[in-house]
Amino acid sequence: MSGSGLSRSFGGFVAAAHRAGELVVQPRMGMSNPTTMRSGLIATKRAAATTVGTITLDSYTRMGHDAKARAALDSRAELNGYPIVAHDAATTRAVVDGVADLGFPVQVRHGSPCPENIVRASLAAGLHATEGGPVSYCLPYSRAPLAESIRNWTRCCQILADVRGNGVEPHLESFGGCMLGQLCPPSLLIAMSVLECLFFRQHGVRSVSLSYAQQTSPDQDREAVLALRRLAAELLPDMDWHVVIYAYMGVYPRTTGGASALLAEAARLAVRTGAPRLIVKTTAEAHRIPTIADNVNALETAAAAAADERRQPMADPVSDTGIYAEARALVSAVLDLRPDIGRALADAFRLGYLDVPYCLHPDNAGRTRARIDGSGRLNWSDIGSMPIRDVVGPRTAVELTSTELLASLSYVERKFDDASIAEYLFGARTDGVPELKEAT
Amino acid sequence: MTASAHQLSVVVSGVSSDSHTWNLVYLRLAIEELGHQVRNLGACVPDELLVQECLTGRPDLIVLSTVNGHGFIDGMRLIARIRACPELATTPVVIGGMLGISGPDGQRSHDRLIAAGYTAVFDDGPRMPAFRSFVEALAVGVTA
Repeated sequence: MSGSGLSRSFGGFVAAAHRAGELVVQPRMGMSNPTTMRSGLIATKRAAATTVGTITLDSYTRMGHDAKARAALDSRAELNGYPIVAHDAATTRAVVDGVADLGFPVQVRHGSPCPENIVRASLAAGLHATEGGPVSYCLPYSRAPLAESIRNWTRCCQILADVRGNGVEPHLESFGGCMLGQLCPPSLLIAMSVLECLFFRQHGVRSVSLSYAQQTSPDQDREAVLALRRLAAELLPDMDWHVVIYAYMGVYPRTTGGASALLAEAARLAVRTGAPRLIVKTTAEAHRIPTIADNVNALETAAAAAADERRQPMADPVSDTGIYAEARALVSAVLDLRPDIGRALADAFRLGYLDVPYCLHPDNAGRTRARIDGSGRLNWSDIGSMPIRDVVGPRTAVELTSTELLASLSYVERKFDDASIAEYLFGARTDGVPELKEAT
Repeated sequence: MTASAHQLSVVVSGVSSDSHTWNLVYLRLAIEELGHQVRNLGACVPDELLVQECLTGRPDLIVLSTVNGHGFIDGMRLIARIRACPELATTPVVIGGMLGISGPDGQRSHDRLIAAGYTAVFDDGPRMPAFRSFVEALAVGVTA
């Protein structure tokens, strides 16, 4: 890649940081007020870490309710993100002017199944890195028909692809590694990320990232990210791609110690698996919308944990429990349906070949279930019609009770909060086993 | 469910701006475990769809759950639309979750939601025991 191509490319920046041995860390951050949004970007840029900036949009803009967002701005009501469509292009350009530059790319994060106006508003402000996907921004976050989201995202990819040139390489990150944040087993997260990036490629995008959200077991997550990299290398050989890790996206620990330890675990996962970018969560996550200071704190905590992990001896290799084979089977089954990946995705959901556990969207079959086993790994308890029976083996389908569902949803929160409280009370380490003998 | 209690038909729904669904998955299981029938409309339900579903199904209880912080604004708008339908003028409607009404003005916002037509408001905090009691009371015909 040429020097100028590298310099105005989100993917190029991440690759350069990775070669330099630095983990790129990134916040989730969006404020409705342009001045505050700009302060947030400046604080992210100045943090003691290798960072990229984020403008996260509000839920009205995500849903395409721009009039509601405008009305909220007029009445000076606070929104839960930056309404990039309601603000005019000049306002957004002023937010990023002199902040977003060659050494500090800024990505727009939204969550919309109808992102055309968002992408156009971003490009008008000079922002050409964004994220989402036809499935990952439809099923969990809307009730828009999947077919409609696929059409919208096709157009969105083409709009992005059209701005390539003059040293600009638009970047699109698949949100497929999240899918409701919890209780979706790794193989389906991997398959979704890979399939969405194949969809982006089919519609002209050349620089992508594949996401994976930290789940319940560090060993299982390591195996999963390595499987994701292997599949991406096989299926996207002609693309600029990288893996981005999301710090845990489910119910977050309430204690400061627990929240920091979970974030540090995510940073270690990124370093051990060679994933070059991490999106952080803050210690305020369980309590309120994080402040700018909370975010800076999280970025620096993650960067320090990553630097520390690089000084540790190489971790033991992970054993293969079949995550790669499951993910590969899911991807192949979808690609075999039709050459057009958008249509193949729609068919796959209709047939239940892809089926996100606990997802209420009308186009999701809703026949799969997952549970956390005794060793903390996330496994299928019901695979529905997904074509992985040969790989997974027979399962006894069990429906969780509401109490068990809550216990599963709060498994990570309890594990890290209990460990943090144990450390506070007994001076035990964060493995969660308090040294009662010394304490009593 | 006690012997004298009725089986309620309950609509569980998110609101138009809120994409969260775990709260809805949980509420469905919790209400079913109390012995009632649930129709779960899911997340991001447009106002018109919610009203239409309730006019068609005539539920005994409408449960709105929202956790994205816009709950007060969305909740005020929705209850006006629901109560504007004569068929739904007296249907019990509750709202809960993280409504964004904690803090010093919380009680005032709570009171405004009730005044606007909600039968009960289960605002920020661990309110499931209170919600369960509400549903149980409703099922034996002792609405609060």
